[in-house]
Amino acid sequence: MQYMMMIFEPASEFAKRENTSIAPEYWGAWSAYSQALAEAGVMVGGNGLQPPPTATTLRLRNGAREVQDGPFADTKEQLGGYYVIDVPDLDSALAWAARCPSAAVSAIEVRPVLAMQNA
Amino acid sequence: MDTREDPSPAVLAAEAAARSSYGRLLAYLAARWRDVAAAEDALAEALARALARWPVEGVPRMPEAWLLTTARRLLISAARRRQVALRGEATVRLIDEELNAMERSAIPDERLKLLFVCAHPAIDPAVHAPLMLQTVLGLDAARIASAFLVSPATMGQRLVRAKARIKASGIGFAVPTTEELAPRLDSVLDAIYAAFGSGWDGIAADDPRTRGLAAEALWLGRVLVGLLPEEPEARGLLALMLHAHARREARRDGDGRFVPLAEQDPDTWDWPLVREAEDELRRAAGFGRLGRYQMEAAIQSAHVQGLLSGSVPWPAIAGLYAALTALTPAIGARVSHAVAVGETDGAAAGLARLDTIDGERVSTYQPYWVARAALLGRTGDQAGARAALERAIGLTEDPAVRAFLLARLS
Repeated sequence: MQYMMMIFEPASEFAKRENTSIAPEYWGAWSAYSQALAEAGVMVGGNGLQPPPTATTLRLRNGAREVQDGPFADTKEQLGGYYVIDVPDLDSALAWAARCPSAAVSAIEVRPVLAMQNA
Repeated sequence: MDTREDPSPAVLAAEAAARSSYGRLLAYLAARWRDVAAAEDALAEALARALARWPVEGVPRMPEAWLLTTARRLLISAARRRQVALRGEATVRLIDEELNAMERSAIPDERLKLLFVCAHPAIDPAVHAPLMLQTVLGLDAARIASAFLVSPATMGQRLVRAKARIKASGIGFAVPTTEELAPRLDSVLDAIYAAFGSGWDGIAADDPRTRGLAAEALWLGRVLVGLLPEEPEARGLLALMLHAHARREARRDGDGRFVPLAEQDPDTWDWPLVREAEDELRRAAGFGRLGRYQMEAAIQSAHVQGLLSGSVPWPAIAGLYAALTALTPAIGARVSHAVAVGETDGAAAGLARLDTIDGERVSTYQPYWVARAALLGRTGDQAGARAALERAIGLTEDPAVRAFLLARLS
């Protein structure tokens, strides 16, 4: 079963990406995690995302286009990246979410992927 | 700002009765009613009524008997509604007679029966520990779910299903007979250890604090020893948990960094717990019936003695692990055995042991990769060691352990 792990990070986590003094540990942890997912044979895909200010949000309302700078919702934690994994059940997905390098400060939302008919 | 008023003595009395005797009261009701879920509902409602009424009417002379009487009345009315009055009335009379006789004596302790029901072979082993935590300690499903890394809705369903099964299949509230006792007791011990957070074996560095139920499991372990004082394995399990728990603070330095066992300062151990562990282990050994938990506790004891004397007795530890792996297929024991062999007979021998473990089982088992990295490093295979260490880092949950392993990588 496929699950998406959406990693909602506080600003302090986004800031770590720019902090060169901790770069080896920071990137080392993410690279090791991604590799462990791949080597365990559960990785379907995933990406890190640029920080929330780079987002642009579009809505069509009553036929009019509304384009807004920034993410769709102004929350304390913002989507920083995601993985899609293929595991037997939710318990296994939660076990992987717990190993996520930023789990101690971020919120990891785990959701089953909607199986598309005729896809 | 905390807007609550100071709790009144009556509220404190109700909370104290709930905390200290929840398991006893529930075991008593469930053993007579044969319906864990109904007994839980009735007891929860009785506790709610106590919180509402004791502050007004005063704390009853026998708070526990009051709670039982109230819960019993609730069970009768629920049974009448469900038209199972016949059986219900009979049970109620029994409880009535006992409650009258209770004026002078304590409520019979049926928790041992409840523990055996929770770990019954007809119940999914994965639910044994959650069921015990909920029925004997009164923990809510959400907290248990977090500790076991399961969704609260799923955990709630599993618990409900297990209780329905206890009721439907008529699992007896009885302590197993002598012939049955050993295998049935193993399930009880395994469930308590699962609640403690298994896998703490010196190299695993799997911190039971993150699971948050170590104290509760220790409490269950003490209850079990009190109920079965002649069972050496119950004492062995208690000794094992006490040893691990005694070192919980030593696993972090002042800055929150992870400290592996070999580098811990014995002054930071909780010595009363270490002494209690050693005492339990000695008393267990007196029965002359060795088992899995006594061996694991003996290994912890050997590590403690080794750190105090400055020389870890690896050959003895390897011998204990060899005996342990013959008894249990647990992957933790096999990995630790390989580490001990590596210390005794050299890194190549340790690696050969690791290679005998099925690849499927180790793919997400962090301690295996920690051990593999250390052993490969000693054989001079730095590239292999580095790859294994990265794998271990990717599988680590504890941020302090991850930071510790990352520092080793660079």
